[in-house]
Amino acid sequence: MTASPISSKQIAAPAIVVNQPSASATADSSAVELTQVCTGSEILWETLIREGVSVMFGYPGGAIMPAYDALPKFPQLHHVLVRHEQGAAHAAEGYSRASGKVGVAVATSGPGATNLTTGIANAMLDSIPIVCITGQVASPLLGSDAFQEVDITGVTLPITKHNFLVTRPEDIMQAVREAFYIAMSGRPGPVVVDITKDALQKSANFKWDDTPVRLPGYRPEHKPLPTDLQRAVEMIHSAKKPIIFAGHGVLRAGATGLLLELVRKTDIPVAATLLGLTGFPASNPRALGMMGMHGEAWVNKAIQESDLIVALGMRFDDRVTGNLKTYAQKAKKIHVELDPAEVNKLVHVDLPLIGDVREILQMLLPFVEYRDRTDWLTHIDTLRGKSAVIDIKHMPDNGKLFAAHVIHDLWRLTEGKAIVVTDVGQHQMWEAQYYRHDFPNKLITSGGLGTMGFALPAAMGARFACPDEEIWVIAGDGGFQMTQAELQTLVQEGKKVNIAIINNGYLGMVRQWQQFFYGGRYVATPMSSPDYVKLADAHGLVGLRVTKRSEVADAVRRARELPGTVIIDFRVEQLDSVYPMVPAGADLDAMIRRPEAVVEEAEHNPIYETGKDD
Amino acid sequence: MAALRTLVAYVEDKPGVLNRVASLFRRRGYNIASLNVGRTHDSGVSRMTIVVEGDAGVAQLMEANLYKLVNVLSVQDITDCPAVVRDMALIKIEVPAERRAEALQLVEVFHARVVDISPGTLIAEITGSPDKIEAFVEVLKPYGISEMVQTGRIAMTRGVEGEASRISHGQNSETVVTAA
Repeated sequence: MTASPISSKQIAAPAIVVNQPSASATADSSAVELTQVCTGSEILWETLIREGVSVMFGYPGGAIMPAYDALPKFPQLHHVLVRHEQGAAHAAEGYSRASGKVGVAVATSGPGATNLTTGIANAMLDSIPIVCITGQVASPLLGSDAFQEVDITGVTLPITKHNFLVTRPEDIMQAVREAFYIAMSGRPGPVVVDITKDALQKSANFKWDDTPVRLPGYRPEHKPLPTDLQRAVEMIHSAKKPIIFAGHGVLRAGATGLLLELVRKTDIPVAATLLGLTGFPASNPRALGMMGMHGEAWVNKAIQESDLIVALGMRFDDRVTGNLKTYAQKAKKIHVELDPAEVNKLVHVDLPLIGDVREILQMLLPFVEYRDRTDWLTHIDTLRGKSAVIDIKHMPDNGKLFAAHVIHDLWRLTEGKAIVVTDVGQHQMWEAQYYRHDFPNKLITSGGLGTMGFALPAAMGARFACPDEEIWVIAGDGGFQMTQAELQTLVQEGKKVNIAIINNGYLGMVRQWQQFFYGGRYVATPMSSPDYVKLADAHGLVGLRVTKRSEVADAVRRARELPGTVIIDFRVEQLDSVYPMVPAGADLDAMIRRPEAVVEEAEHNPIYETGKDD
Repeated sequence: MAALRTLVAYVEDKPGVLNRVASLFRRRGYNIASLNVGRTHDSGVSRMTIVVEGDAGVAQLMEANLYKLVNVLSVQDITDCPAVVRDMALIKIEVPAERRAEALQLVEVFHARVVDISPGTLIAEITGSPDKIEAFVEVLKPYGISEMVQTGRIAMTRGVEGEASRISHGQNSETVVTAA
């Protein structure tokens, strides 16, 4: 920036000194006494610090090198060198999910930036606030197909909440501030800030601006109309068979306590989405469990029979609804949702309440009254009774190791208190069914995008957010092999997570679909694994192998005791399937049920059933 | 053909904004009948007139999705408002000197104007409702149309409330203007 005349106001204001503590940044956040004139790189890091960032996950390269070169001047910013940029994005997501703050990933231009995109898309679909800083070729080279040039703002346009291309150092602070504000406010999401190399190298005047960000076209907050709130109360009171849906929005809004209060006052049972699973305690008598494709039979049946759905912060994903034409036909629907574009997108709702779940529950709670719902609750209990096979405690040990055993035992041994980070596939659904979450935000998983390889790097991010919590990765042998390189990142950082690989030698969920829907032709699903004990050893870590249920507890105990990351290779039954299952697009109550034999005939090999024994 | 809805959007005049809007339409599968973008009297603000195939529900979702774009300032579905809707077209026809007078009469009847004449051609400029332009094209066809260009629809509501509403998303919420 050319030297602009400093106004008398600026001179008078002590804020000119960069080290001035501000409300949003920790005091003395800046390590170096920056003068007014800083390089773009220095402005970048200083702005991140003032946005409250202490850790970021990244990978250097040509275009972002000026920024990395300036990094030692900011020792309060810890940079974690990942082994692949996808890991950086997932780690930022894990950090964000565990901390409630914005996660930060850094990559260079071109391949560095494109490697982030899977994580960015994942954050978009699961509404996770992350900011990705990418280097870009110098601005005179933009559009010339320069070395490692990719139009990453173009590439990420449909998978970001917003993105920026910054070509001048004087624009960096504002872009980064706006990025954090957009990522975190309203319905959260990923924001990319692409900064050209010359913008990082050149200098500009830096004056921290801590006035709130104003964007004329951005309106993240909404409030429902009072008359609509009144109508909601009336609908809740007159319903005979109501059901509440807890989605991710309940957790994002910090409304778990209010949801408990709503249930206490109204005695309405709660079904959860995968991402909303920790929004309501599993041990609460009104908790029905997860709904949808792998939801329990009684939950889906209750939804189909209900006369009122109060959907809180969820978006009627196709994995939740099944066939839309037959979905919850008898139910009136109240949709409490922050994003107006989600209302009436898939399911017609009778009453949208657009706004923050917490604020809306606060407004509703004083007016809702108790109604006797014994008939409805008793009916749901009857539905539940038939499907009691989920009670894995009654599943006898026949010498075989089922994934359900492993996850149930893990739940018992960790007293349900661990942060569990799951990958995508069968184990993810088993975790949702058998690890009974009583505490908010203790499950971190990839929901909307279904990103295999998510768990290990996301758990790494969660570790930086929660240094003292017990963290378990539960991953399949397929997903784990996708991002296992991050093991060495954990080693380099001296961080511990426990890793349970549910190893069945198949891409299990795809194999299950092949079994059910593709005539049992297991094409490209049998998968070999490295020797995970040796792999752990190669990383200087401890690896354990478990083949019998009787060995589970010991292995889990050892993993919890050892100071470093431990990998447990659980060699589970290869052909086990996740039950119940609503085939994609089928009616929600047209489920493939869990074979009864699992409980009743321990001798009989229960796992290889046709799945049509309902 | 499906019913058409007309939306008016004010957007920030910044690089890439049209790309964001177009990308949204493509991704969500909206069928755009016409899209016009131009500057306004406010520097830094452009106005779009978007004609989309679909019913009021489609338009409402599209409006909500447009609002999610940070650079979109306001959106209004003006389909059911009294409005002036205009299109402009330039049409070049092949017309020998002996038929020119007759062609000029047609142009006159449609309140169009001739903006260029060469020995064998003329260019007519017409502004009007899409129906009127369609009718004009029909009567010119016998001469042989060698080129034609059309702007796409622009629209403005009649009366006082000219600017697209600041409150949107149907009648279900009040938009909170974020704290300054």
